[in-house]
Amino acid sequence: MTTLPTHTDKKLGLVIDLDTCVGCHACVISCKGWNTENYGAPLSDQNAYGADNNGTFLNRVHSFEVQPDEGAAQLIHFPKSCLHCEDAPCVTVCPTGASYKRVEDGIVLVNESNCIGCGLCAWACPYGARELDQAEGVMKKCTLCVDRIYNENLPEEDRQPACVRTCPAGARHFGDLGDENSDVSKLVAERGGMDLMPEQGTKPVNKYLPPRPKDAMPEFDVLAPFLEPVAEEPKGFLGWLDRTLEKL
Amino acid sequence: MHPAPSVIFFTTFSGLGFGLLFFLGLGFPAVTGWTAFAFFVIAYAMAVGGLMASTFHLGRPERAIKAFTQWRSSWLSREAWCAVGALVLMGLYAMGLVFFDTRIMTFGISGAVLSLATVFTTSMIYTQLKTIPRWNMAITPVKFISLSLAGGALLAGQVSAALVLLVIAGLVQIFTWLEGDKALAASGSNMASATGLGDIGGVRAFEPPHTGTNYLLREFVHEIGRKHSQKLRAISLLLMVALPFVLLVLPFSHFFALLAVISHIAGVLTARWLFFAEAEHVVGLYYGKR
Repeated sequence: MTTLPTHTDKKLGLVIDLDTCVGCHACVISCKGWNTENYGAPLSDQNAYGADNNGTFLNRVHSFEVQPDEGAAQLIHFPKSCLHCEDAPCVTVCPTGASYKRVEDGIVLVNESNCIGCGLCAWACPYGARELDQAEGVMKKCTLCVDRIYNENLPEEDRQPACVRTCPAGARHFGDLGDENSDVSKLVAERGGMDLMPEQGTKPVNKYLPPRPKDAMPEFDVLAPFLEPVAEEPKGFLGWLDRTLEKL
Repeated sequence: MHPAPSVIFFTTFSGLGFGLLFFLGLGFPAVTGWTAFAFFVIAYAMAVGGLMASTFHLGRPERAIKAFTQWRSSWLSREAWCAVGALVLMGLYAMGLVFFDTRIMTFGISGAVLSLATVFTTSMIYTQLKTIPRWNMAITPVKFISLSLAGGALLAGQVSAALVLLVIAGLVQIFTWLEGDKALAASGSNMASATGLGDIGGVRAFEPPHTGTNYLLREFVHEIGRKHSQKLRAISLLLMVALPFVLLVLPFSHFFALLAVISHIAGVLTARWLFFAEAEHVVGLYYGKR
């Protein structure tokens, strides 16, 4: 059914720390690596070694430059994947029921064998989280690594999304955002986690932690007192020369 | 939005076809026999041809039948039901007219209502999308329906109705353009809200996530098509409304009527191309584009 559940038992999602992300794109690669060979159709590439190469990715890292009123511009790396919205517009537009939100954990998934590839769910998503695979003709999106997080064949430390597991900076966190005592919920409360495009009314589960305020560098130089100019006006011979040349 | 030929063709011709079916269903013109057959062939060719074209943009057209399942929540699914319902009822109605010289008004009127409902559901597929502020307006369904009625009246040879409906459709179209130009700014979505970084300062896209293009840019960002939008608006209005209006006012001839229909179709195709090419999807904001 493509109607949204009124309530989900959990709200599994990601918390992404924009202060910590270094923009290495490791999460993009590990995501593609895991998801191209596990759940669902592979993430195809077209013309991968040619000039006009492109392919399907479930996670992409933008980089933005933000210029404050005063001080230097900041470069902020910005990973973006499905936000597993509570009011997911991609689910309700689906004509076949392929797109759905799970009651047990709130993950938004695509049943690929029901997808007709009409693309309407990607039109309805403000975040660009869905991409139509050009080889398979079906919609691909982040599954929150549903085939890792519950997978008892994996060691316990690997039972989290591939992007979170691989992040070398610790900028990605995974957990239940519906439980206010979970680590991720505490992190969001502490750091003022925010929604992307709240005006779209999608109520995203994933939160973004804004960059911490930059501290101002005070003017400070230990050598400054010793480097003050010794004489403003020339004296002695140079003073006489200066005055004489001035008179000429 | 990418102005895909299949979707432009689909919305234009299914709009015209169902518009014509609406008038035929109500008995304007009150034709029977082979004349009725000719009218229904034109209407079905347009409506069914348009619907067939819409399946060309599907990634998996062989599963299209599954689109009938989600009518409770999905406008696309509702469109499928309305279209099939309208075509079946109008088919029965047409059989009565063509082969038995009988007008079964129950089928005619319910078919006419469903024909208009099909156009409405098509328009709602676009109107429902908050991500495309230019479409997310109450005027969008009014535009689709007024245009479908004007085209239907024109094809049905209902000259006096067509004259009025063409003017209404033209005015609605102009209003849609004027309102649409303000829609993205009014939506409140911008680079600051998209990134949540607006509190720090002005946001600029520094580096996209990929060196090449991707599905998102191909499908949703079509800046190049907007270069001549003002000229194309004028051209589409001229072809869609002004020229057919003049040709209908002139003393009636079949040649002028045909010319009016061709001009109208060319105008609607142009306007529909603009409908997609001018529409800004908010995902473009992540790329610093619109």
